Amino acid sequence: MHKTQHNNDLHTSQAARKRVRKRYQAQTRLKMAGLAAIAFAALSLVTLLYSVVSRALPALTESYITLDINLEKNVIDPQGNNDKDTIYSASYSKLVKTALKQKFPGLGRTEKRQLYKLISDAAAYELRNHVVKNPSLIGKTISFDLLADDDADLFTKGRLGKVTDISTSGLPRLAGATSYGEQVTIDIQSKAFNAGLDQVKQALAKHAGVIERQALNQQNAIRNMQEKLALVKTEEERTQLLARQKAFQDKYNHLMSQVNDLKARSSQTGGTEKLDTTLPSLFISLNGGVIKATQVSPDQIKGNVVVPLTSLKDVNANDWTLQLLTTPQDNRKITDNQIIWLGQLAKENRIIKTFNWHFFKSADASEPEEAGILGGLLGTFWTMLVTFSLAFPIGVMGALYLEEFAPKNIFTYLIEVSINNLAAIPSIVFGLLGLAVFVNFFGMPYSSSLVGGIVLALMTLPTVIIASRASIKAVPPSIREAALGIGASKVQTVFQHVLPLAMPGIMTGSILGMAQALGETAPLLMIGMVAFIVDPPTAVTDAAASLPVLVYLWADRAEVAFDMRTAAAILLLLAFLITMNGLAIMLRKKFERRW
Amino acid sequence: MLNVSIKTQGAEMNMQTNIADIENKVHNKIVSRDVDVFYGDKQALFGVDVDIPENQITALIGPSGCGKSTYLRCLNRMNDVIDICRVTGDILLDGYDIYSKDIDVVEVRARVGMVFQKPNPFPKSIFDNVAYGPRIHGLASSKSELEEIVETSLQKAGLFKEVKDRMDEPGTGLSGGQQQRLCIARAIATKPEVILMDEPTSALDPIATAIIEDLMDELKNNFTIVIVTHSMQQAARISQQTAFFHLGYLVEHGETNTIFTNPHDERTKDYITGRIG
Repeated sequence: MHKTQHNNDLHTSQAARKRVRKRYQAQTRLKMAGLAAIAFAALSLVTLLYSVVSRALPALTESYITLDINLEKNVIDPQGNNDKDTIYSASYSKLVKTALKQKFPGLGRTEKRQLYKLISDAAAYELRNHVVKNPSLIGKTISFDLLADDDADLFTKGRLGKVTDISTSGLPRLAGATSYGEQVTIDIQSKAFNAGLDQVKQALAKHAGVIERQALNQQNAIRNMQEKLALVKTEEERTQLLARQKAFQDKYNHLMSQVNDLKARSSQTGGTEKLDTTLPSLFISLNGGVIKATQVSPDQIKGNVVVPLTSLKDVNANDWTLQLLTTPQDNRKITDNQIIWLGQLAKENRIIKTFNWHFFKSADASEPEEAGILGGLLGTFWTMLVTFSLAFPIGVMGALYLEEFAPKNIFTYLIEVSINNLAAIPSIVFGLLGLAVFVNFFGMPYSSSLVGGIVLALMTLPTVIIASRASIKAVPPSIREAALGIGASKVQTVFQHVLPLAMPGIMTGSILGMAQALGETAPLLMIGMVAFIVDPPTAVTDAAASLPVLVYLWADRAEVAFDMRTAAAILLLLAFLITMNGLAIMLRKKFERRW
Repeated sequence: MLNVSIKTQGAEMNMQTNIADIENKVHNKIVSRDVDVFYGDKQALFGVDVDIPENQITALIGPSGCGKSTYLRCLNRMNDVIDICRVTGDILLDGYDIYSKDIDVVEVRARVGMVFQKPNPFPKSIFDNVAYGPRIHGLASSKSELEEIVETSLQKAGLFKEVKDRMDEPGTGLSGGQQQRLCIARAIATKPEVILMDEPTSALDPIATAIIEDLMDELKNNFTIVIVTHSMQQAARISQQTAFFHLGYLVEHGETNTIFTNPHDERTKDYITGRIG
């Protein structure tokens, strides 16, 4: 009876219930905190991957512009003796330019330069290689795919602003001339150009906002001056401050008058606006040509012909389009003319997108469309080769000595501690060491994979030793006893039994160490593997840049096109790391099963 | 009959020490005199004198930590592996001091094989397990000779019938008792003269234990066997000679029958009757 009573007390009393509830709550809290931590980590990873992948994807394709190129004999091989050197050194860029000029005739000097900029410099080299390989083509006209410049490529990928159709209804009437650069006036009864004008007015309102903020800054400055005036002591200071206040006031008045003007223009109905490079661009396509608007009102557009018209005939509804590009020309890297030319080329199916082979086949270059990761890949390969062939054998031998042969004394203890500390040394220090010892003292080639590999090997060595020691230690002592008990010598025991059994662990540790070295940049910067290197390295003594250093270099470049290539290179680096870690896991699993 | 407590120094004495042995024409395979073992500063064995007769089973018994395993491991110099371990005194194998400077420890271990407490086959095939010893000692000049050695060793260990169809399978895949017999076969394969067994059945079930005990009885015809055991019944069942260790001292040593039925020392009696240990 007493016992039951006691049990009841223990399990059902108010205090007991409270205790249980509290315990469960604590458990739940811990679980939730763990879940939250994992969720946060997963989210960060997904965000990182998403941002890298989404930025890298556009780098997978590149644009080519197909043009008919006349391989003129008197440019390529004027003597006609089929001499290889002559063919090789001919001016192919001249041929490319000629083809472009033929496509869009009648341009002035500035426009021509803009036109030529649509095509990459590499296009001429590719044309040259094609002709050198097929000399029989000389004198013929061929259709050749010319590599587009990075900005043209970006525009076709929609990265530098998008052109949208905003109106097609109404019957435009034309007056003016049809050829390039001529002025054309287009009238329309339906006031269909209002759509374009509205966009321009929105831009004006935005400008007004920007300038108004500047004016407010001036106002703040004036207020500041007033506060200072109240505290001023000498007359001299006072006049000085008053003068400065007046300057601010003038600036303010000037800005506000601009603001008021812009606001009035943007809020009125109708009106006429002149389009300059700070305002959105309007293009009208009709009668087989394109006109860039210079002035717009609801029922009239004045503009210049960019792509020649076939005629000045009246146009039917739906046979024309009014196109808008909201980003002003000043804010983008591609001009209105270039956009219109690209649009025209696209209309003729002369722009093709292919897989970006340049990215994988070429080394670094100053132009993004020509730049590739091959140099970085090879640099990494040579560096890793040196690193592995140094760090692995030395690390494993060191670990074997420490675990199996070294006497346990203060000296070995000091070595152990030093190795563990070595693993924690900032990698840049290893770079300094490499610079001082290998480059300066031993005179090894600067910027080379050899020095980089040695430095990274030094950095990886502690990791390899620590991992190897751990897995050598993990080999059961009974195996050693078994071998020794049969009469195997120490060396036989170690190399025929201990090492093979420890190998999966050693490999895993080494691969992880290598993966760490693969992504390392800091020490490589110190020993000069950060140079701009156009030739892929062919030996360990060649100047090279490794993949992560390439990422570092590219991330610094100004061109937008390098941004996506950087992301693609990062992706590739990540892929390598994942592959290596996967390999480590695979090795471990495979050998675990076997034994 | 007893050859206890005759303190002698040096190798030249060993053949002459025991009149009874000479009368029975028993050759002492291993003779140890005044063996001290130190682990660092701690002394584990104190002046142990044991004679181990040829082609007999000598059992070393005693409570945990009494030094019987330590003594066993002195007999093939397995204590060398432990850095801090130091052995003094004489251990003579067929009259030669195995601790003398010019002796090859590998040779000693080849002549004095060992089987451990826990079966420890190499993570290799059954064949390679047995063949490893002959290979490193160059006992076989051809592949067929090696195969023959492996086969006879496995036969002697009573394992051949069970594994003859799966020689390529890993030795670690066998049952505990089979693994221990594999280890015995591995020890036999190097053609030793003495086999040391350190509690070889303590990790096995009774059936596997019985098989191994029968095996030992057969093996003693060809080998001298020294076995450390926790089980007094086992010592009584299989051994001809028994040595009782206590706290690092050899308390009593003699024929198994005498030790178990008429022990001289009080401590031996206490241990056998279960009062200490």
